[in-house]
Amino acid sequence: MANIQEKIAKLYPEATVEQADTLTITVDDAKWHALATTLRDDCAMDYLITIVGMDWKESLGCIYYLMSSKTNEIVSVRVSTTDRERPMLHSVADLWRVACLYEREVYDFYGIIFIGNPDMRRLFLNIDWKGFPLRKDYDEDPALNPVSIENERQTDLTDTWVEENGKVVKKEVEVFSPEDFVVNIGPQHPATHGVLRFRTAVDGEEIKKIDVYMGYIHRGVEKLCESLTYPQTLHYMDRLDYFSAHNYHHGLCLLFERAAGIEISRRAQVIRVMMDELSRIASHCLFIGTYCMDLGATTMLFYTLRVREQILDIMEKTCGARMTFNYDCIGGVMQDLDPDFVKDVHALLDVLPANIKEYNKIFTGNVIARHRMEGVGVLSKEDAISFAVTGPSGRASGWACDMRKLKPYSIYSELDFNEIIATEGDSMARFKVRMLEIEESAKILAQLVDNIPEGEYCVKVPKVLKIPAGSYFEIVEGCRGAFALYLESDGSTKPYRLKIAPPCLPLAGVVDHITRGTKIADLITIGGSLDYIVPDMDR
Amino acid sequence: MEVTTKSMPYEAWKDNEYIEKLVNELKESGTNVIVGQLDKLINWGRSNSLWPLTFATSCCGIEFVSLGAARFDMARFGWEVARASPRQADFMMVAGTIVNRMVPVFRRLYDQLAEPKYVIACGSCAISGGPFRKSYHVAKGIEDIVPVDVFVPGCPPRPEAMIYGIMQLSRKIKVEKFFGGVNRQEKQKEFLESHPVSGVND
Amino acid sequence: MQDLSAITNWIHSFLSSFMPGWLTTTVECVLIGVGLLLAYSLLALFYIYYERKFCAAIQCRLGPNRVGPMGLLQSVADMFKILIKELIELKHIDRFLFALAPYLVIIASMLAFAVLPWGNGLQVIDFNIGIFFLIAVSSIGVLGILLAGWSSNNKFTLIGALRSGAQMVSYELSIGLSVLTMVCLAGTTSVGGIIEAQSDMWFIFKGHIPALIAFVIYMIAGTAETNRGPFDLPEAESELTAGYHTEYSGIHFGFFYLAEYLNLFVISGVAALLFFGGWMPFHVPGWESFNHIMDYIPSVIWFLGKAFVLSAIIMWFKWTYPRLRIDMLLSLEWKYLLPIGLFNLALMACIIVFNLHF
Repeated sequence: MANIQEKIAKLYPEATVEQADTLTITVDDAKWHALATTLRDDCAMDYLITIVGMDWKESLGCIYYLMSSKTNEIVSVRVSTTDRERPMLHSVADLWRVACLYEREVYDFYGIIFIGNPDMRRLFLNIDWKGFPLRKDYDEDPALNPVSIENERQTDLTDTWVEENGKVVKKEVEVFSPEDFVVNIGPQHPATHGVLRFRTAVDGEEIKKIDVYMGYIHRGVEKLCESLTYPQTLHYMDRLDYFSAHNYHHGLCLLFERAAGIEISRRAQVIRVMMDELSRIASHCLFIGTYCMDLGATTMLFYTLRVREQILDIMEKTCGARMTFNYDCIGGVMQDLDPDFVKDVHALLDVLPANIKEYNKIFTGNVIARHRMEGVGVLSKEDAISFAVTGPSGRASGWACDMRKLKPYSIYSELDFNEIIATEGDSMARFKVRMLEIEESAKILAQLVDNIPEGEYCVKVPKVLKIPAGSYFEIVEGCRGAFALYLESDGSTKPYRLKIAPPCLPLAGVVDHITRGTKIADLITIGGSLDYIVPDMDR
Repeated sequence: MEVTTKSMPYEAWKDNEYIEKLVNELKESGTNVIVGQLDKLINWGRSNSLWPLTFATSCCGIEFVSLGAARFDMARFGWEVARASPRQADFMMVAGTIVNRMVPVFRRLYDQLAEPKYVIACGSCAISGGPFRKSYHVAKGIEDIVPVDVFVPGCPPRPEAMIYGIMQLSRKIKVEKFFGGVNRQEKQKEFLESHPVSGVND
Repeated sequence: MQDLSAITNWIHSFLSSFMPGWLTTTVECVLIGVGLLLAYSLLALFYIYYERKFCAAIQCRLGPNRVGPMGLLQSVADMFKILIKELIELKHIDRFLFALAPYLVIIASMLAFAVLPWGNGLQVIDFNIGIFFLIAVSSIGVLGILLAGWSSNNKFTLIGALRSGAQMVSYELSIGLSVLTMVCLAGTTSVGGIIEAQSDMWFIFKGHIPALIAFVIYMIAGTAETNRGPFDLPEAESELTAGYHTEYSGIHFGFFYLAEYLNLFVISGVAALLFFGGWMPFHVPGWESFNHIMDYIPSVIWFLGKAFVLSAIIMWFKWTYPRLRIDMLLSLEWKYLLPIGLFNLALMACIIVFNLHF
């Protein structure tokens, strides 16, 4: 850390460096691109966790959260502009490839134009949307943006702003040329796992280019959170990635607890971790099932759902719901464990090995399955980091990106489990990593199930929770990758800004990169193996 | 005339008033014997063969998958033939939030369904916008977009609730009239006339 | 062995006793047509139910059990519904070809019924190129699928149809070769002759190794011919929504749906004919009393039973294996099945020449 601080201070004397929640650098837009290059190349800050768009009322800006894949340090950089009419910042899309998508998101929400980004279209909202919804002065009048049953306007052109002789000029670039045979896959399509839309240029069966359209389930969670009190914001975490409901809840609770200075009991920590791992098993089971179904082996879905139903039973007994549990709360968990919990988890751990063996027998070794998956959609480690592909998909490319190991939270540092890493980076590796992660999660459960300490499950927290002004950052491991949260508080009972950085957005961003030159059927294989959840990426 | 369901007594249904109202409407409209019997046969076929369109946007869709799996097994009722093409499906289980951008797509899917077509609003998001009602980008219920036949509340509804909902739909179909269009098709026509889509060129 | 031709002969003589020859033929044609249509629709309904129950059993489910006893009327209800479902009028399509396609598909599968040996003496027509006729008519189906995909004016259907074209044309070769192998063994292309040749022992045992190879190739290629999983690329649900019949609704879609199941029956019926003796009961040379007991089971049951068991194997494939990709599909045919089939034909010829079969 000190190393980076010194380096930055020497090279960029005008940048202010302070050690707050994380090391925060504030820099002028003019110097930002150079600083970014230094950070990436000299300080090994090669993983761009997220870009938080911000509206500080007097200025608009971005907070870039960077992490090093080598030293695991996190650095944040603040860049801002006071121009509210036509705010412009320099793009870093050439340094981190995922930035292209993140910058589009910021443009969509705040209207900040990024100079040099090759594709400055709106990401979630349609072309004709009026206003930028996350700005504090956004006019929410539904008459401005009515719910319309008319088809939205669509264009094959995209805008890009480039600097020429010191002046910023707008240029139009073609996304597809008129002679491309463009097949529209989605938003209503069985293989897109929700409502994602791929416009796919194909040449026969071969894919030439994919343009991803999102926003068909964009529900504006971040904006909604700004009008709710801290405990109220929690329930949205269930509805982002509904398979990682516990993990996301855990992340947000950790963030609030740290910010408000609340210590929770060990019992609550153990319960939270057990729930996280149970949902990881359930999530990976469903992944295996739906993935096999995408490939045409429908029966596997029914076999994997058996295990999932068993886990849902355990959860239902304790949390009272099959999905959207709303179980973790600030200070611990909502209710105590069900008396049968230990017995049920034991029963699950007993049947799990036999089930995994069965899955492998039916599917993994199958010659068709192997041909469909091996060598399909290879993602190199460098690309995985540059595209910020975390979670099992990133680990399948050889990138050790498990936040449970890198930034141990809760009691993960005391637990004995392996981080599953494969090096092939193809669909088969992504499939196998998940299969093995089920076993690792089972290992964690086995360590904890007989050692749940006594104690209170929820500590006393003030009825009206206020968080001291400041900015806070938390990163946890969801079922699909690193789930980052950024909170800016102004000292009131409601968050000033709550940024949710889901793992699935970069997953969708990488689809175009790894499907080029493959067959249409491979798009399904690759999309399935990345295992994105659309409501998670759209929020 | 009474609407019966196999292995489910009439009293077990929680809301019989609406079905009685529909039965009365049907009786008042009057019909001759042959047509009545034919109607019965057609309704028997339709109500027992409901093929869903695979349409899911969020959480509720996963419960719909569970509904198809071994534990809840909607195949028992003959609903398992989920068609991915709207032309071949009978009803649409709107499982999940419908947001502004999805609305035109959703409406188009509804228009692509072949008659007779039914819609089940499944989950609080589809009914009213649910927890996202205050959002700038969420449709406040699908009732303004398409005519809805059955509402299944919950967030998400349990698979049992979904089974109950589809069975209610099946009951409603049993008191439809093929010739003359009592009970359903007139209302649907009214709705579509008051919510026209212009510029559809397909 | 009861010979059902006694009944058909009796009908023929009864009709010709009071009718002129041309009228007899016409009436018989109508009777056969009605009979076939009836058999066709009943079989289709049964097969839909059969498949749903079978896959439910594989997937630890119950399958249809609400409509009628044990859900037996489920497919009848489906048929009623699909009959009165709206036929959507589409703009910008080739109306004539669009309407023609489902009929072509269904006619192709129906014509094959003409030469299937339903039972001893229960065959519509037994002529000297029966098996050749079967191969010829079953390939009309691909035309229907190509037309359906092309005329729908939809990109998904077009891709589905092109896949189907490539697939069917390729796998036709393997089917032809494995059929030819068995025809070599039988020494005739007449369906009756092939069954007669298996009266002492079914071909699958008689022709041992080459017959087994031919059987495996036939089953693989046959599954591909019927567009069923793992070869269901033309209608790959997770890739092309519903493939070539995406735009079809109502009974037009119903025709495609029925034809899929009927083709399954035809393929397994022909497999039963070529490898398992058609309606011929299970005979072991030398075991006279055993053979006699086997003869008591009616020939129709033998034939249908064999066909249903073979269909079950094809269904088992479908619900277990993932789908192939188009390049894998083609390389499987051209690089593996076709050379093996050719070699197998030569092997069979050698075995026949040197009289090495049983």
